[in-house]
Amino acid sequence: MLDAKIPSGPMDDKWTDYKGHCKLVNPANKRKLEVIIVGTGLAGASAAASLGEMGYKVKAFCFQDSPRRAHSIAAQGGINAAKNYQNDGDSVFRLFYDTIKGGDYRAREANVHRLAEVSANIIDQCVAQGVPFAREYGGLLSNRSFGGTQVQRTFYAAGQTGQQLLIGAYQALERQVALGNVTMYSRHEMLEVVKVDGKTTGIIARDLVSGKLERHFGHAVLLCTGGYGNVFYLSTNAMGSNVTAAWKAHKQGAAFANPCYTQIHPTCIPVSGDHQSKLTLMSESLRNDGRIWVPKKAGDPRKATDIPEEERDYYLERRYPAFGNLVPRDVASRAAKERCDAGYGVGTSKQAVYLDFAAAIERYGKIEVSKEGRTDVPKEEIIALGKEVVKEKYGNLFDMYEKITGENPYELPMRIYPAVHYTMGGLWVDYELQTTVKGLYSLGEANFSDHGANRLGASALMQGLADGYFVIPYTIGNYLADEIYNKPISTDHEAFAAAEKSVSDRLSTLMNIKGSQSVESFHKRLGKIMWEKCGMARNAQGLTEAISEIQALKKEFWSDVKIPGDISEFNPELDKAGRVADFIELGELMCKDALNRNESCGGHFREESQTEEGEALRHDDEYMYVAAWEYAGESNWNLHKEDLKYEVIKPSQRNYK
Amino acid sequence: MEHYNMNLNLKVWRQKNTKSKGEFKMYRVENISSEMSFLEMFDVLNEQLIHEGEEPVAFDHDCREGICGMCSMYINGKPHGPWQANTTCQLHMRAFKDGDTIVVEPWRANAFPVIKDLVVDRTSFDRIIQAGGYISVNTGNAVDGNALPINKDKADASFAAAMCIGCGACVAACKNSSAMLFLSAKVSHLALLPQGEPERHSRVINMVAQMDKEGFGSCTNTGACEATCPKEISISNIARLNQEYLVASLTAEK
Repeated sequence: MLDAKIPSGPMDDKWTDYKGHCKLVNPANKRKLEVIIVGTGLAGASAAASLGEMGYKVKAFCFQDSPRRAHSIAAQGGINAAKNYQNDGDSVFRLFYDTIKGGDYRAREANVHRLAEVSANIIDQCVAQGVPFAREYGGLLSNRSFGGTQVQRTFYAAGQTGQQLLIGAYQALERQVALGNVTMYSRHEMLEVVKVDGKTTGIIARDLVSGKLERHFGHAVLLCTGGYGNVFYLSTNAMGSNVTAAWKAHKQGAAFANPCYTQIHPTCIPVSGDHQSKLTLMSESLRNDGRIWVPKKAGDPRKATDIPEEERDYYLERRYPAFGNLVPRDVASRAAKERCDAGYGVGTSKQAVYLDFAAAIERYGKIEVSKEGRTDVPKEEIIALGKEVVKEKYGNLFDMYEKITGENPYELPMRIYPAVHYTMGGLWVDYELQTTVKGLYSLGEANFSDHGANRLGASALMQGLADGYFVIPYTIGNYLADEIYNKPISTDHEAFAAAEKSVSDRLSTLMNIKGSQSVESFHKRLGKIMWEKCGMARNAQGLTEAISEIQALKKEFWSDVKIPGDISEFNPELDKAGRVADFIELGELMCKDALNRNESCGGHFREESQTEEGEALRHDDEYMYVAAWEYAGESNWNLHKEDLKYEVIKPSQRNYK
Repeated sequence: MEHYNMNLNLKVWRQKNTKSKGEFKMYRVENISSEMSFLEMFDVLNEQLIHEGEEPVAFDHDCREGICGMCSMYINGKPHGPWQANTTCQLHMRAFKDGDTIVVEPWRANAFPVIKDLVVDRTSFDRIIQAGGYISVNTGNAVDGNALPINKDKADASFAAAMCIGCGACVAACKNSSAMLFLSAKVSHLALLPQGEPERHSRVINMVAQMDKEGFGSCTNTGACEATCPKEISISNIARLNQEYLVASLTAEK
């Protein structure tokens, strides 16, 4: 079932050779080929713009009111590229190596190498579009460092890099809309994939304002619908982020790969109470300057500022001297959990650690003073100058922290705790980003391909844009070149009618349950099961329990959910109900995958598999494969394995000490 | 930070769809924590309405961290509520006290028709961008990112304008429902960069024409937009827009 279609030849030449030999579509034929793109984040918007520019007829869909709202916009820290502008030894190979190692040797080498190769083009493209990246006084682009690397290769725009990159892609997309090459459908949700003779021929979408179902034909369909972190209810994802499009594709035959690989981000604002609807990330870039600590004494009741230096445990610096506070996300998250579980947590909930900028503020203040050649400067002035520097670097993040918590992080250390942030798993795709269903592609976070078991910071933006700007424009031609012989299929075709009917039946079923519990309450319960039993640490017993609890929850949902309003109107509760129903099914598969993988790797930590020091322990002999699950009816899946072969990099136990 | 609970009266605009006539309705929510966000308080209200068999209040929201620009409530006479430089989703309940009555309306502007309750249609903003809010460069045409050094102050000023989240609070705050702050932010973002130079004149002319066509009002320099903007986009961008427009009009080739 799984043919990754990795080109032969040396790693360095694979992508170049592929581009030199893949099929092309002539301009007159491109005009006749229709491509549907679902999702307009970095991957979707960049793909829609690029394919529109090339001359394909594109239809783009998003559930938000505008493509500019997609959740890529919330990415804060930056985007990696192997430019080596800092002359610190970076190269395509280093970025490739860091990404494979960061992913704990569970990613496909050929895809990751291609990602590293095109990374530099992304920066060039974005600069040309007018993305206002941070610059040095000489007018050149600025870089900073991120976790899991020892070079400075991250490009950024203050703490709003995702916003600026998305607006760049959005503007390119809107230009194609103006030119008539792309038709935009906002406030639309994809609810089914339509297939004829095993090939994708379109989608059923619902207009979320009128509630009407629509049939759309496409010679190919691209799902760029992001990750599924909201299965945990609380996550850093947007409220609307969902798995629905990917899940419909899965049920139509697209294999779902490595669903259990979840990234728990170490630096988020802790939960404050039961009312909490989402969690807010504090960018990883803060770990460049912030120092993470807890009191040395368990349950220390003192205020952070009253605890003297020698009574603080900077546990990351202690455990991982080589990388210190910049260890990869999975390592930092587990270390925080370990301290809190052992009773050293801080704040009212005791489920938090400190991220402290006092040392950075003083250091920057001293640099400012020394720039002016001054001595004998009072400490208050040094601190004030240092605060200015920190404000310039992270001002918007500090403001956001203060708005949410009511505490001033320039004076008190931030309180942070890990939260679900990104999902490395997703639809299985081959080298061409095609799923196991012909003509159905998946780009960006929605696919599984590039990050293995753990994604490095500032690599999500890179992957989304790589897929959309630089990969799919080549690989889709290789498929569509043969499609020129096929006329568009009428949306009156029985396959469209059947797909529409199944969607419409499901919506009616949901509305007619008329039970007593709200959609939100089911989502919260699902999230609790997932966080407790399929979260930062997992074990066989918990996962087995979770599976039966989720099955019971599913039954209860389908017999007692209460959805107000009508089908044929703007009805956010109905939209949410469909998404939560899909999350419930996905949750079961995640637990099944986590149960199957009896090893610890990256973001997936099985308590049964750890070293004596509590570090994650892989079992390469048994699990060096991609777990691709084929849907086989309710609560039933077939496992297909894609063996991972490392031709260039020799897998080793990750070591950040 | 001391936390407290409060009971509140909510006066909320309810409107079934674009065509129907809307009205205010009163609701009461109890035991609201000062740690909640404003939208979490609305979540509580909606859960309550669902249980009482009433339709929940429709409102736009997505990222809930102040960056997507989707949330849009007009709270006690101010877009996004009482805090400065803030979005509705980042407004927290410690801004209110026990017994308060809070009035919540949708954005009001001809160019933003109400879809339902507090949800409005802002696709007019997308159409303004379509009229020229971009740099015409196809994928693959770019030169090296460092081939074109850009003065840091200009790059920073461009970024400050590009921070606009397209929420429409500026329009909602303006007595004329003008979209000049939104438009000027995009014109400034691109005009301040050398990449934006080739299309500088046609961009501003076409975008202004589209803005007028959408039915946004004129700017009378009141400054309510700047005072309301969650991203503190400066009104000096409007001055730049006017200058750009004037120069473009005078040099336009017929």
